[in-house]
Amino acid sequence: MTAVKPSTPAPETPKQPSPARRKFLAGMAGAAGGGCLMALGVGLYAKQNRALAAQALRPPGALPEDEFLAACTRCGLCVRDCVAAVNRPVLKLAVPGDPVPTGTPYFIARENPCEMCEDIPCIAPCPTGALDPKLTDIAEARMGLAVLIDHETCLNFLGLRCDVCYRVCPVIDKAITLDMQHNTRSDRHAMLLPTVHSEFCTGCGKCEEACVLEEAAIKVLPRPLAQGKLGQHYRKGWEEREKHGGSLIGDQLELPVRGLEGKRYGDTRVNEGDAPPPADDVPAFKPNGIDSEWKP
Amino acid sequence: MSAAAKTPALPGGDAIARKGWLVAHKWLLLRRCSQLGILALFLIGPWFGVWIVKGNLASSLTLDMLPLTDPYIFVQMLAAGFLPATTAVIGALIVLVFYLLVGGRVFCSWVCPVNMITDAAAWLRRRLNIKANHPPPAATRYWFLAGTLVAAFVTGALAWEWLNPVAIAHRGLIFGMGAGVWFLVIVFIYDLLFAQRGWCGHLCPMGAFYSLLGKTALLRVAAPLRAECNDCMDCFAVCPEPQVIRPALKKVGQESPVILGSLCTTCGRCIDVCGQKVFRLSHRFDQRSSS
Repeated sequence: MTAVKPSTPAPETPKQPSPARRKFLAGMAGAAGGGCLMALGVGLYAKQNRALAAQALRPPGALPEDEFLAACTRCGLCVRDCVAAVNRPVLKLAVPGDPVPTGTPYFIARENPCEMCEDIPCIAPCPTGALDPKLTDIAEARMGLAVLIDHETCLNFLGLRCDVCYRVCPVIDKAITLDMQHNTRSDRHAMLLPTVHSEFCTGCGKCEEACVLEEAAIKVLPRPLAQGKLGQHYRKGWEEREKHGGSLIGDQLELPVRGLEGKRYGDTRVNEGDAPPPADDVPAFKPNGIDSEWKP
Repeated sequence: MSAAAKTPALPGGDAIARKGWLVAHKWLLLRRCSQLGILALFLIGPWFGVWIVKGNLASSLTLDMLPLTDPYIFVQMLAAGFLPATTAVIGALIVLVFYLLVGGRVFCSWVCPVNMITDAAAWLRRRLNIKANHPPPAATRYWFLAGTLVAAFVTGALAWEWLNPVAIAHRGLIFGMGAGVWFLVIVFIYDLLFAQRGWCGHLCPMGAFYSLLGKTALLRVAAPLRAECNDCMDCFAVCPEPQVIRPALKKVGQESPVILGSLCTTCGRCIDVCGQKVFRLSHRFDQRSSS
């Protein structure tokens, strides 16, 4: 008996099919069916499990998730050099049961955020380019995006000066700024609201780790989850105007408005003497009752 | 020896009586040394901080200079539509050429960590005299192999690597196992209770892939003293791919005494258990034969 290859065609026999041949064909069909089932099962399993949990962040330079799952061999070389460099288990490989595709590297910002090493030691050993070696400046890394998710518990939103997320941010004053707002509750204080700027946030997770709340109010999410996307056709008038060096539609036609002659175009404020004095037959305002008796 | 006297029915008893326990287990012990040694190379880094080999069987870096990549993963990557960087290409080529020379399934018996699990199941099966055996057709693994590549192509991801027990076992031992241990328990129970050599011999797509690299292997087991064979069947009993022995031993469809079947894992267990010293490790072109 030799191993049968899947492509071997059964020899042509004009006579009655022999039991051996019948058995062979049945076995073959079973194996082929098994192969198809296998492809289906594996494919479905992969499709189902490819979603990355929201707390799981990829190392710096990781290709977009779709490509990453084709490119990562799950060898763990990035993990080794990461842990050796920062001496903390930042990167780890997902094990079956983790909410991350098995064997792929990730980190959890709240537990062990990325240290943003300047030489990015995790990228260098990647044999396939799943971590893109073109990333040479860690400030250009986009591992995720910090989002101040909970405005109800964030201490700064409550009017306190916690500022911890702002202080620990490696890209302080660019990725996170404190924006001053009037505190309407006390009506005499300012609120300094931590505000994340996607242009600079690397998604390292330092802010989420440092948040003093029991559950962080600021969280780093994978970028596709954290960001909206404008329609391709959408243009911001003020930007277009700046690009163009002036209004794109030229000067607007100004039509006179009756009764507002002599005022600046668009100024509809009513000044003393602009309107005729109220007529005498207008009944006085009666606040209560269904019919105010006012008639036009 | 006493072990042979106690269990004369077990294969290899005659060989132990004639050659002594050590010689009758020579290749098995060498193989275990190889399997555990390779595992140790990977483990002394994380355990003792001595970094000789980093990574795992999927991709590794030895002494910070030798990159290796599993060609099966490489092929899956191509199927998924990703062309890896040069390091992975070089690494996969090195491994590919190595296994083309020594025989693809040398990986299965000398390197793969799952082999110890399925060998244990086969051993326990013989000990407990478990007869139930419903193996799928031998070709299933090739369909599985095709299935893994189709899955990679359709999903655009290394779909099989989510489940591959071989990868899970090796990565698990080095980086942490998690629930992956259940994959290995299932393989063990399947081999023990449902099908003899069921996983490695019938299903594993990785083994199927490596068997395709065995067509030109130089390193082969031969049966130069096949005339001495006393038909004790011990070699068939221990062989993980028994169908490969017959052509060489009994001249079925070939004159050469060399086991040429690419499914042979070159484990050398047949050499161990043969009391007549029929087999020896040799090369592909060795035509020496007693008959």
